[in-house]
Amino acid sequence: MNPSVAIIGVGQTAVGEHWDRSLRDLAVEALLAAMHDAGSPRVSSLFVGNMLAGELTGQEHLGALIADFAGLPGIEAVRVEAACGSGAAALRLGCMAVGSGAADVVAVVGVEKMTDRPGSEVTASLAMAADGDYEARQGLSFVALNALLMRRYMHEHQVTREQFAPFCITAHRNAVGNDRAMFPFAISADDFSRAKMIADPVSLLDSSPVCDGAAAIILTSVETARAMGRRAVRVRASAIGTDTIALHDRRDILELRGAATSAARAYDQAGVKPADIDFFELHDAFTIMSVLSLEASGFAARGEGVRLGLDGEIGLTGRIPITTMGGLKARGHPVGATGMYQLVEAALQLRGEAGANQVTGATLGMTQNIGGSGATVVTTILEAVA
Amino acid sequence: MNAPHNWRQQAQRYLLEGVQCTACDHRMFPPRRVCTECGLTSMRPNRFCGGGEVYSYSFVYHPPAGHEEFAPYPVALVRLDEGPLVAAQLTDVAHDDVAIGLRVEMVTRRVREDSEDGVIVYGYKFRPAIPPARR
Repeated sequence: MNPSVAIIGVGQTAVGEHWDRSLRDLAVEALLAAMHDAGSPRVSSLFVGNMLAGELTGQEHLGALIADFAGLPGIEAVRVEAACGSGAAALRLGCMAVGSGAADVVAVVGVEKMTDRPGSEVTASLAMAADGDYEARQGLSFVALNALLMRRYMHEHQVTREQFAPFCITAHRNAVGNDRAMFPFAISADDFSRAKMIADPVSLLDSSPVCDGAAAIILTSVETARAMGRRAVRVRASAIGTDTIALHDRRDILELRGAATSAARAYDQAGVKPADIDFFELHDAFTIMSVLSLEASGFAARGEGVRLGLDGEIGLTGRIPITTMGGLKARGHPVGATGMYQLVEAALQLRGEAGANQVTGATLGMTQNIGGSGATVVTTILEAVA
Repeated sequence: MNAPHNWRQQAQRYLLEGVQCTACDHRMFPPRRVCTECGLTSMRPNRFCGGGEVYSYSFVYHPPAGHEEFAPYPVALVRLDEGPLVAAQLTDVAHDDVAIGLRVEMVTRRVREDSEDGVIVYGYKFRPAIPPARR
């Protein structure tokens, strides 16, 4: 439980292929922006969410590195890794630090620099989120694992590939209103059905892109935020659930039990139910993940997740708006930073600062950040403070 | 995959050896120390027969490093006759013949390109149990 933790500052870099920017440069830009947004408080601890810095940039030890270059030498600083769930997992640790009283003001930054290496190496690195010996080394890419899920889903629920299109189309439509998004342009149903295959039935337009970016948040207690006179967004829940690392070890691969566990814990912490949530920043790394996440989190019955898209329920004015700033698909998916982008975007929605993409009257927002094929799932519920 | 890493998984990759819980008889692949069914920790080795059927499948067009020469290649979750699912490549099969429910059997094949330190990595793949005539 994080009964009294508040977000008092947010910052984010544009998402894209930043050939001219280093990992430390991106992280520090986002971090300084968040600190400025928070009124430049004295930060005592830094948690860095990152997945692949060692593999793709030859740099580990990110806690000390980023503290050093952000002008915070001497503070407590560590890196948190939970594959693509690293960002929100880092925020979870930040909430534990503030909620327990171990730290007063905490900075959390998610950062990933993916574009320095060739595609096949990035593909091999991303597969490390799966079971190295029994999935990745058998030649299964991370996309292939999602393809196995999508194929089985289509088989069990008699769904066609085309019926997943609304998830891609909605994300791209929303990215148009986000000046930090990597792909701020529309995609049509025709584009979707003609897209080239990456791992059948997962096409390019089911998939989020490889990219660079960083996003940061400053946390403190609600009391301290009030004393500082800062506008705040309250963290009502932050919960991690896990599942087997390998897809093949799950009793039912379409259940996404880690998401169900994580969401149930978050609802319990916040004392809310799915119907209370005004918008949901879910982990649309692939369209099938959006569908399974909506089902596991209680927004749709099993096998009914695709209907939410087909029935127009996921748009900004729908019953449960998702990927309101473009999602992983169109804002971009710099893996270890993604959970932090979701949280920054949710905080902006709750501050009423989402511009053209504002969800009218939003007071309760949820994010869900997924590591691997569902082995780590971090669900966070944020609330606007009047 | 370096030599010791390769060597210590011989029983899994050449023989499809997992474990069976001596308390509840649950069979698991790969081996683990704690039973996923009853939580007890008394295991004996269990070699799987290698027969099964395709539970889900895909074709990899963008392979990870080390697998480029085989692309595009079929991959699958195979439901072994004894119960567990295994993730593996399919081989000796036309792409059009791959389907959920296809009966398959385990074979030993080279699973990736030779690594820099010269280790040739063999392991399990699955082929149709009754091979199609065109093979």
